[in-house]
Amino acid sequence: MKTTFQGYRRENGRVGVRNHVIVLPVDDLSNAAAEAVANNIKGALAIPHPYGRLQFGADLDLHFRTLIGAGSNPNVAAVVVIGIEEQWTKKVVDGIAATGKPVQGFGIELHGDHDTIMRASKVAREYVQWASELVRVECPLSDLWVSTKCGESDTTSGCGGNPTVGDAFDKLYAAGCTLVFGETTELTGGEQLVAARCRDDKVRADFMRMFDRYQGVIERHKTSDLSDSQPTKGNIAGGLTTIEEKALGNIQKIGRVCTVDGVLDKAEVPTHAGLWFMDSSSAAAEMVTLCAASGFAVHFFPTGQGNVIGNPILPVIKVCANPRTVRTMSEHIDVDTSGLLQREITMDQAGDMLLEMMFRTANGRLTAAEALGHREFVLTRLYESA
Amino acid sequence: MIHCVLHDPNDSVAVVVVEGMKAGTRMTGLVLDQDRTIELDCLEDIPIGHKVALKDMAVGDTVIKYGVDIGKVVQPIRKGTHAHVHNIKTKRW
Repeated sequence: MKTTFQGYRRENGRVGVRNHVIVLPVDDLSNAAAEAVANNIKGALAIPHPYGRLQFGADLDLHFRTLIGAGSNPNVAAVVVIGIEEQWTKKVVDGIAATGKPVQGFGIELHGDHDTIMRASKVAREYVQWASELVRVECPLSDLWVSTKCGESDTTSGCGGNPTVGDAFDKLYAAGCTLVFGETTELTGGEQLVAARCRDDKVRADFMRMFDRYQGVIERHKTSDLSDSQPTKGNIAGGLTTIEEKALGNIQKIGRVCTVDGVLDKAEVPTHAGLWFMDSSSAAAEMVTLCAASGFAVHFFPTGQGNVIGNPILPVIKVCANPRTVRTMSEHIDVDTSGLLQREITMDQAGDMLLEMMFRTANGRLTAAEALGHREFVLTRLYESA
Repeated sequence: MIHCVLHDPNDSVAVVVVEGMKAGTRMTGLVLDQDRTIELDCLEDIPIGHKVALKDMAVGDTVIKYGVDIGKVVQPIRKGTHAHVHNIKTKRW
């Protein structure tokens, strides 16, 4: 396995594999201005989303943590923040500024869209031209943070796609990388296997507390045995029958050797290398957005039936072992490991194929989702607005 | 040609990994990790990705995949037939 990749080393020492200048709205009202700035300035990327007003408590904390985390991600070179008013805008700017990267904020009130767009566009232009002169440098593999989450899973995910990620995770873990998985409810039926993989009793207790809390959410709100949504209609069409079966396939992603070294709340940033569990939704775009906010630079996304998700900040590498999906949706698949199911390749070879694509992606190759323009940025909400 | 895949030698179901599996086919099943195969007759057409039963199962039996409990039988299942939401349910939630 290679031991280095070509990345962008940021002011705080973290290494990114993309060099985005983003225009980040604090709230739904600021999407139009953010998109206008990105339209004016070629190379600036707006990241619109539907939330940010009248949230409170833990839900508001998560909103800020996600936006600040996205802006702080090392795949981002510089950030223009636009909000309807100054104070919450400044809170996001200050959070991102802690990384040392260039960031400026603009409040729309007392200015209007026209003036805000003009001032923000000037800064975005300066940032884009500055970022265009940054160069990639050789970085040790251990500087790469890799996340995983699967989607539109079917039974081939458990046989081929997910264990391919597991094999790669075991190898990256040994290389000293920082790794994360999550999807709390999609561990249902296999939670005891994850608990057994936790490094020590404290991590195990933290994991089970998060798992049990999420089960409580399901119990409070469910109107059936969830057979209509977990597994999803797509999962069932693909042959998955129960949540237990789906979970056992899901867990293949964490390999066989590496241990769960710590747990994270949503969008929290890991404090050391190793494999982390992040309490998170199993909805693809929500989970991948949380990974971006936690600072991960490359994402492994195994799919069975063919999930098409991407993310504006975090390159999403699709791996698939279903030969029908590889045939019918080839433009979405970066790594085809369907040969596993016919004994044409070994698991070790499949893991190496994914790692090879990871190095190419880290070095600059656009993923299928990036080339197709998939930029799903979806904020997790905890409860109703005030 | 591998027609279906088992995760664990004790599994009671296997995953069909070829398109257009037809009743009457003599199936070859690959036991992952062990690099050995089993044989059984397919009694029903089964879509790719869906499961074939590897033994007869009665209502209330536990279905085993990955060597682990994945749910309970709610309609009798014959070896070689389609095992899915019409005859298996979750034990959770």
